[in-house]
Amino acid sequence: MTDRAAATFVARRLGVLGAVLAKPSGAFGVGIVALHLVLALFGPLFVPYDYAQQNVDTMMLAPSAEHWFGTDRLGRDVFTRTVLGGREAIVISTLATVIAMAWGGFLGIFLALVGGRIDEIIMRGVDAMLSLPWVLTVMIFVTALGTSSSVLVPVLGFSYGLAVIRIARSAALDFVARDFILAAQARGERRWTIVIRELLPNVRDALSVEAAMQWSWMILGFSSLSFLGFGVAPPTPDWGLMISDSRGLMAVAPWTVLWPMAALSTLVIGINLAADAFAKVLGVDRTRKVPGQ
Amino acid sequence: MNAAPLLAVEHLTIATAGPHGVPIVDDVSLQLDAGATLGIAGESGCGKSTLLLAIMSITRTGLVHRAGICRFDGLSLFDATERELERIRGSRIALIPQNAGTALTPTIRVGDQIDESLKLHTDLDRKQRQQRIVELLDAVHLPTPATLARRFPHELSGGQLQRVAIAMALAAEPVLLLLDEPTTGLDVTTQLGILDLLVELRRRTGVAMVCVSHDLGVIARLSDRMMVMYAGQSVEEAPTSSLLRRPAHPYARSLIASIPRLSVGAIPAAIPGRPPAPGSAPAGCRFAPRCTKAAAICIAAAPPLSEIEPGARAACHFPDTAPLIWPAAEGHSKHESASSKPLLAIDDLVVSYARHGLIERTMRRPTGANAVDHVELSLHPGEILGLVGESGSGKSTILRAIAGLWPALDGEIRFAGKYDLDRPAATRERSVLRAIQLVFQNPDASLNPRHTVREILAQPLRLYFNLSRAAMADRMSSLLRDVRLDDGYLDRYPAQLSGGERQRIAIARAYAAEPDILLCDEITSALDVSVQASILHLLRDLSGSRGTACILVSHDLAVVQALADRIAVLYRGRLVELGPAKGVCAAPAHPYTQALIAAVLEPDPDHDAGRVPAPRERDDRVSAGCPYAGRCSIRIERCFEEMPHWHDVATGQMARCIMLPGAVGAL
Repeated sequence: MTDRAAATFVARRLGVLGAVLAKPSGAFGVGIVALHLVLALFGPLFVPYDYAQQNVDTMMLAPSAEHWFGTDRLGRDVFTRTVLGGREAIVISTLATVIAMAWGGFLGIFLALVGGRIDEIIMRGVDAMLSLPWVLTVMIFVTALGTSSSVLVPVLGFSYGLAVIRIARSAALDFVARDFILAAQARGERRWTIVIRELLPNVRDALSVEAAMQWSWMILGFSSLSFLGFGVAPPTPDWGLMISDSRGLMAVAPWTVLWPMAALSTLVIGINLAADAFAKVLGVDRTRKVPGQ
Repeated sequence: MNAAPLLAVEHLTIATAGPHGVPIVDDVSLQLDAGATLGIAGESGCGKSTLLLAIMSITRTGLVHRAGICRFDGLSLFDATERELERIRGSRIALIPQNAGTALTPTIRVGDQIDESLKLHTDLDRKQRQQRIVELLDAVHLPTPATLARRFPHELSGGQLQRVAIAMALAAEPVLLLLDEPTTGLDVTTQLGILDLLVELRRRTGVAMVCVSHDLGVIARLSDRMMVMYAGQSVEEAPTSSLLRRPAHPYARSLIASIPRLSVGAIPAAIPGRPPAPGSAPAGCRFAPRCTKAAAICIAAAPPLSEIEPGARAACHFPDTAPLIWPAAEGHSKHESASSKPLLAIDDLVVSYARHGLIERTMRRPTGANAVDHVELSLHPGEILGLVGESGSGKSTILRAIAGLWPALDGEIRFAGKYDLDRPAATRERSVLRAIQLVFQNPDASLNPRHTVREILAQPLRLYFNLSRAAMADRMSSLLRDVRLDDGYLDRYPAQLSGGERQRIAIARAYAAEPDILLCDEITSALDVSVQASILHLLRDLSGSRGTACILVSHDLAVVQALADRIAVLYRGRLVELGPAKGVCAAPAHPYTQALIAAVLEPDPDHDAGRVPAPRERDDRVSAGCPYAGRCSIRIERCFEEMPHWHDVATGQMARCIMLPGAVGAL
């Protein structure tokens, strides 16, 4: 890319961010997400306690000046654990989202371009797999291969990528019938060149917004796995695990459940608000239905 | 003029909403007497459609009425209440929208849609309305009106839909009919039918008309007076015949001169530059930057619209009074093909769009017709071959088959005598791909909106040539110079270019491959006439200087005749006539070619289109013989039974018709 084109490109990106921040909901969403990222990144530097430090003397204390968010049934500081509890979820869901977007996105665009029987067969397969609850799919792999992140990331990436295929395919279908694709075919460009050079830049915006949505679902999904005991192993703090651990204490010590719940839901809501604002600014129609067959 | 005209628009200004609103229609005045007709001409974006809607006191979303009045039959429409407007719209003033096909509701029978209009605007009871619907459909010359009223819009052809829209507009017997591009998008023969109908209706009912069109031929046929608009303003207004013969405003002169004419046969002169974008119009005369006669005063002061002779007004400091003179056809530097070996030989080509999948076969009615049916053609080096025909005649399909974008069902396409092009583009040799390049109809669609001009031009260079960075940059510069642009365009996106500039980039991309054959698919039909002329000049210069052979597909015979060496006429996938461009246009032999040429409208008050035998009743039988038999005015029974052979009618010109003089003897 030349300097001028690069400058236009950067200006466009900056303009998009500016326009998103100019919307109250966009600024709010981006702000929440940024706050979460800062806490996850720098949390270990300022949390007041050791997250694994158990203490019989401080079991289930209500929030106070000493323990801002109170303590849990093992006497651990809930504030510390809440601040650190998003780290695993964010890292794993980010990596898994990248994998989901990469394979789902490329395959979806490719299928839109080739069409015909290949498209038909693969899409039927995708439909079949989408009809299985994803938790089931993930649990099969996790039971067989263990719950390490080197298993969770590819497994989550694979199962979430199935939905991305449909989105990417439908976004690309808008463009495959355009003359510039015909022109590229008439020139004799290879299929992957057409996917990457001609189609990808046109579906980039739609896929960016989709990536944000996938990310938020991925965070929820990962937390659900932790809740079910298939995610992070204790004593590592994790929102899903914390909610699961303390769910029996809801009536006695609600702070042990409410704080991690609040953290998880604000992050997910923040991402959704930001994604909606980006979608509006980029002109991506998120309400459009994926064409059925 | 009468003391009280039917319609009087005075100093009307319609602008975009907001404090910095930009005028789209700027201080326009016009008058129309009862029963009179006014044509409004101008290029896209000049504000003519906005003006037409404003006459009904409708402003599109985002636009506001800024100043001026519009008085219809004594009532000031912009001051009228919504109730008063409802009483007028549809009943006293009726609008025929540009695309009747989309203006009709697809799920309601056409008769019922006319009924809606009757219910709203008349007091007739059910029985009377049914009768009236049939009368209306009959009045617009639709066959079997009673049955047709029960059809749905998708069961009718484009021309029939336009007739239904006219019938609907006439339902309440309006006194003023507003027509927005009434025939744009229709085939020439259909267009002529619609225009004849409108002329006849006007004569019979005395309805007044305001017709907006970019096609001066349509305006010449339909209106007594005409107005030329430029950048939101009226620049000239006069009786149609005198304006077309002696346009006074330089813009009107250039516009009229930029239209290719069948009777002239040369590429017309283009208007340099482009119209100003709304809001960036110069302070003085808006046309001054593009005007060849512009003087200091033109830039300093806007000329008022003033009377130049009785009944004629123009907004120019130096109005012209001389009649427009047509450049004689240039000394024919056209290519002489004759004996050289063909570069491309198409033999017995059959192409079909019929689906072959199981689901498609059960879901769709088989049409049984091939898009291209046993076509034989040849293209010689350096030759420009024109392919003409109506929509659906298979002309674009032939190009797709040559380019390898759609498979041929049967037959052979040979390139340079040795390569069989019976393969999709993806599996062709690179050198063959390079040699055949395609330019599409609409540059909006054929250029990737996310690529800069640099990336667009780099694609063929990277694919076909092994160039260094510097050599690539050089090639791009010279390509841009070839299409009369410069390096400043390299980093722009298509959205930052005008339509004409985009098509130049598309042409530059095709020429980047240094092709032997250029396939041009309606490359000017999405452009304004003034731009069209410059693209045609460009194409002729480039193909002339490089000896590129071209196949030029167009529905516009005048365009094809101006450029092509030979013309091939297609009807429903069949070739019906082939010969030298001049010969085919001057002395068409096949009845279809004759009808096609007779239907060409010229912006000339003296030109009388349609002086052909009145079309006979259509015969909708499926013809096993001549495809044109059902519509032909001179058909005999035998035409339905056997496909006629080729007959030589002149040197190099042949046609396929059994009614030709030579062929009759064989009967």
